[in-house]
Amino acid sequence: MSTENKAKEPLFSTKNLKLITKQLNLSNPITVQVLGICSALAVTAKLMPAIVMSISVLVVLAASNVVIALLRKGIPPRIRIIVQLVVIATMVILVDQVLKAFVYDVSKQLSVFVGLIITNCIIMGRLEAFAMSNKPWPAFLDGIGNALGYGVILVMIAFLRELFGSGTLLDFRIIPQGFYDFGYVNNGLMILPPMALITVGVIIWVQRYYTRELIEEN
Amino acid sequence: MQEIFNIFIKSIFIDNMVFAYFLGMCSYLAVSKTVNTSVGLGLAVVFVLGITVPVDYLLNEYVLKEGTMIWLGPEFADVDLSFLSFILFIAIIASMVQLVEMIVEKFTPALYSSLGIFLPLIAVNCAILGGSLFMQEREYQNIAEATSFGLGSGVGWFLAIVGIAAIREKIRYSNVPPALRGLGITFIITGLMGIAFMSFLGIKL
Repeated sequence: MSTENKAKEPLFSTKNLKLITKQLNLSNPITVQVLGICSALAVTAKLMPAIVMSISVLVVLAASNVVIALLRKGIPPRIRIIVQLVVIATMVILVDQVLKAFVYDVSKQLSVFVGLIITNCIIMGRLEAFAMSNKPWPAFLDGIGNALGYGVILVMIAFLRELFGSGTLLDFRIIPQGFYDFGYVNNGLMILPPMALITVGVIIWVQRYYTRELIEEN
Repeated sequence: MQEIFNIFIKSIFIDNMVFAYFLGMCSYLAVSKTVNTSVGLGLAVVFVLGITVPVDYLLNEYVLKEGTMIWLGPEFADVDLSFLSFILFIAIIASMVQLVEMIVEKFTPALYSSLGIFLPLIAVNCAILGGSLFMQEREYQNIAEATSFGLGSGVGWFLAIVGIAAIREKIRYSNVPPALRGLGITFIITGLMGIAFMSFLGIKL
């Protein structure tokens, strides 16, 4: 990471753009770095909560990355975890209050999982690994990139689960009534928690099949 | 008394932290490579959940809930601090973990060296904060119920991580498709274990 010639470097240089694009596949937070699994699985029975969750994580991650990157020289290393948690918790409280004010139904569905963004390991992990040692602008891009990588997987899982589990997308009926008349039945298993895990497993399988360098030994 | 026992059993099997709510998945996936380490982490989680849930319960009952500050005097009767619960809970958890770490180090050095790095990691385990948030949402009646919920959730998490670690030790000898090795197969096994745990749903307590 060369930060010396930052002043001359354009805001959207290739290196900076790479911070975003890399997270979508090669170092995707969920399927490769294994961060932030808890919330990814719990909120994906329907598409709407998944999208709201992704946006909340995007806001919290980008904002706390920037704040920590600004403060990085002033944080004593021994108490950095507490400082990071306080910054994250403040952002999450803001997001929680906004959600309660504008999309109350979705915020009820997400229940404790908005609060659990605090302990979402993506945020802690990126603060620790990136924001503590980089300038605010790259940290901001890194936050956006990771949150997008997270959001893509979330939306993919929620799309599959809602389509096959309830036959709807964003509560609009997709599978026509005619199918049901011929005896098509919604797959109730897709709504249940364990299928979220199996869906992620299959997504990882497909991704690694096409990106061979991610395959693990053992 | 029976109610307390029911909550304990319920939080181990029916509302299992890992299989029903996916809490603490990050460390569950990362540390479950061998049985020994996962036993250590599991014990630490039981320990910390058993302490933080009752402490957060007291905090919630006497400080955070609307109107509960009345013990400070009548002028505090309509103070509602519930929007502060996230930040206070996480502060309590982080400091409790620190405290537990120091106590364990002082009095039982053997346990301390076997838990090692796992104790500090627990502060950011979502199962711990999740325990406190569920406690707040479900409105338990007294501190004994909250404690049994905390301990029960911890034991449930312990069972889950030891189970997956044992399976992962065995699966090393199987011929898994290359692209599914490691993470992928672990997810699928966890899903199957979750389906197995769903058979407890029929139990009425």
